[in-house]
Amino acid sequence: MAQLPERPSAWGGLSAILDTPTKQWTVTAVLLAAMVALPFVTDGYITVIVTHALLYVVLALGLNIVVGYAGLLDLGFAAFFAVGAYTVGITTQYFGLNFWLALPLAVVFASIAGIIIGTPTLRLRSDYLAIVTLGFGEIVRLTARNLRETGGASGIRGIESPWIFGYHVQSNIDFYFVFLILAVLGIIVSVRLANSRLGRAWLYVRHDEDAAEAMGIDRVRVKLAAYVVGAIYGSIGGAFFAANLGAISPESFSFRQSVEILMVVILGGIGKIPGVVLGAFIVILAPEFLRGVGDLRYFIFAVGLLLIMLFRPSGIWPARSKR
Amino acid sequence: MTIFDIFTNQLLNGIVLGSFYALVALGYTMVFGVVKLLNFAHGELYMVGGFAGFLVLSFLAPFIGAGWFGVAVSMVFAMIAIGFLGVVIERVAYAPMLSAPRLSILITALAVSLVLQNGMLALTKGQYVPFGSALGFGGINLGKLFISYNQMILVSVAALLMLALEMFVSRTQYGRAMRAVAVDKDMSRLMGINVNAVIAVTFFLGSALAAAAGTMAGAFYGSLWYFMGFLIGLKAFTAAVIGGIGSIPGAMLGGLILGLLESFATQLDLRGMGIPFKVGSEWKDVFSFSVLILILVFKPTGLLGKSEQERM
Amino acid sequence: MSLLDLKNVSLSFAGSRVLDNVDFSVPAGKIVSLIGPNGAGKTSLFNCITGFYKPQQGSISLAGTETVKLKPHQVTRLGIARTFQNVRLFREMSVLENVMSGQHGRTSAGVVDAILRLPRQRREEAAIRGVAEECLTFVGITEGWGREATTLPYGWQRRVEIARALATKPRLLLLDEPAAGLTSGEKEELIDLIRRIRTERDVCVLLIEHDTGLVMRLSERISVLDHGVMIAEGTPKEIQSNPKVIEAYLGVEEDSLDL
Repeated sequence: MAQLPERPSAWGGLSAILDTPTKQWTVTAVLLAAMVALPFVTDGYITVIVTHALLYVVLALGLNIVVGYAGLLDLGFAAFFAVGAYTVGITTQYFGLNFWLALPLAVVFASIAGIIIGTPTLRLRSDYLAIVTLGFGEIVRLTARNLRETGGASGIRGIESPWIFGYHVQSNIDFYFVFLILAVLGIIVSVRLANSRLGRAWLYVRHDEDAAEAMGIDRVRVKLAAYVVGAIYGSIGGAFFAANLGAISPESFSFRQSVEILMVVILGGIGKIPGVVLGAFIVILAPEFLRGVGDLRYFIFAVGLLLIMLFRPSGIWPARSKR
Repeated sequence: MTIFDIFTNQLLNGIVLGSFYALVALGYTMVFGVVKLLNFAHGELYMVGGFAGFLVLSFLAPFIGAGWFGVAVSMVFAMIAIGFLGVVIERVAYAPMLSAPRLSILITALAVSLVLQNGMLALTKGQYVPFGSALGFGGINLGKLFISYNQMILVSVAALLMLALEMFVSRTQYGRAMRAVAVDKDMSRLMGINVNAVIAVTFFLGSALAAAAGTMAGAFYGSLWYFMGFLIGLKAFTAAVIGGIGSIPGAMLGGLILGLLESFATQLDLRGMGIPFKVGSEWKDVFSFSVLILILVFKPTGLLGKSEQERM
Repeated sequence: MSLLDLKNVSLSFAGSRVLDNVDFSVPAGKIVSLIGPNGAGKTSLFNCITGFYKPQQGSISLAGTETVKLKPHQVTRLGIARTFQNVRLFREMSVLENVMSGQHGRTSAGVVDAILRLPRQRREEAAIRGVAEECLTFVGITEGWGREATTLPYGWQRRVEIARALATKPRLLLLDEPAAGLTSGEKEELIDLIRRIRTERDVCVLLIEHDTGLVMRLSERISVLDHGVMIAEGTPKEIQSNPKVIEAYLGVEEDSLDL
């Protein structure tokens, strides 16, 4: 028997256990409370690592909309991450812009980049699209590396972190909360998009493009929407990443980065929001445990990815059971 | 140097580069032809092939030397080994996925490529590995143009391999079966063609050619690196698309065109004409990827490819 | 006055002619059938009308609006809906969600609406759902809306597909072999459903069908396509006695017409 429709929800397969709003709210509250308490009860190193994982939650939620909802394989997602980071780096450094003015600019530039690359290519076969996005990702990285304005191979340093109502966001704990808020907002937006007219259209197009078109759906436009929303997630992640580290360089936006974000999406389960969160924590925390094995960890990840594709393509997070 | 000298020099460089691209592009195009799959792992087979050649050469060098003869023998061994590796990859990773959604197959192919790449990263600790070949420095002078024997041998071997492939595809029974499967898999099966065997042979040949290119590249440039398959994989795919994916002569032509385009592009400098445009070697890859994107958008069937039927 | 008009439509694939100067029209308010031996080009004609194929020459218009240059989704928004020869429901999605897809072209909520969930967006969602429920009820499916559509019995899937097409609020409905694979009881229900679509919803119906008995009972006009050429057009009675039609069907051995 086929599985029941896997409708994106905040809980995925756990909806069967967390079957009432009370239970769901309780678990949400407990999880949130734990996340809020975390930086105060653990040491600074763990805070930094978890902050990094939260950044990956944001990035992977964006890529999940492209890959998981709309079914488009994007191998150059780090490009949008780079556009966000470099926009903030350049506009704050060279034009003296305030971070909060640079942030919307980053979103606008990433959207424009998404539209420019997406409009002509989203009608291509899916494997060509994968290669085009890979090429685009490399073009962005190499451009950042070659231009003087982007600081060449050494990148941009001394990016100032933002102020909120007179408070200077600068400590590791401050940024922990910034990324926690971004991740929570990112989840809410993802759930709402999934359960909307546009979210359904993504699934229609993913399952059967012809039937979707026959129902009056403009497939290129719908795919473009997914691509641009993904780009916006990426650019917001990149903007705050730049503000957090204060320094960016082209190698933070390489193919390996794109692959890691993709891995997050696939490990937990393509299209599943809780899977994305779980995946982000696995991808970021696992190297901490695998520290002793050195470069072997990338190999272990690659083998893990292959095994998942071959034996459990729906990812680690449980699928919704049949009711 | 005169313009003419620069021209002939870049022509030579382009042909050498193009031979590598063409050899690797052939594998993309052949596999795509029979299973309609973009084998992301193909560039990594080139890389692993280079390492296989290196391994064989380090065993054989004491007996047969590390000159072109030693390299050629190593290359043959590497081709056989990587050919089988290609077949194993097809059986283990791709065959079970052929009825799965397209997205799953693509991700699986990506995973295979990451396994090979990061496996080699772990083995070599990310270091460059000297190939250990001892090729001569001789050559001939044509006017101001110096053509090394190495360049000549390399291009001739590549041409010979391609000629052999062309003969195989056009003259033998397997070659005919391969073309039949490319046109219509189900019909071929009904006609009594062993489709699985044809797919296996295709993967074998495509992977073997990539290994040949990898070994020669290692010998020619002198070192190997775990990441060297990434870039050439992308470039060779570009070459295959330029020529028209699925077309064997197209892959050869596309490889040559891309090689020449790249080597001439690095000399392109319009600043003398008042246009602030210069490609230079640091922009070479950006140039190639832009060519790829433009071709996919405007002429996805390439130069020699057949236009796909309209949808539905 | 005809709703749909085709003039001199020709379509070729790789040099072979699939449709050859086809003239064809669907009068307003009628149920029209398109018949012909297998491979005559009937589905290709459907694909031309719905914008999936671009004929090399000729014109197609719906109530005076030219459609040849339009993309499939634009044709649908203009008022032509279709079903597919092999039922093509969206996998892994519920019956209701499948039918809701029909309303996509008639609604407008975008990214911002989805995120903010303002009253306007919620009203629109409710309206989409309402239309889908009404269409499902109309085709006689009143339960199991939450089930995965592709797990329904075949006959039901056919009806869900018709409901999905109706949800686009079409003026003309194209059915590609709607009776294929149905039991005789289901065929009776189908005849009834198609008549109700015409009378109660004021939608013209054009169908491709091989079941001649059903075609003769249901259609008010019949057109016959053979090897890409329109060879006859008329009432069921006229078609039954048309020598050209009989010849076309006898010419192909196994695919005989049980007149």
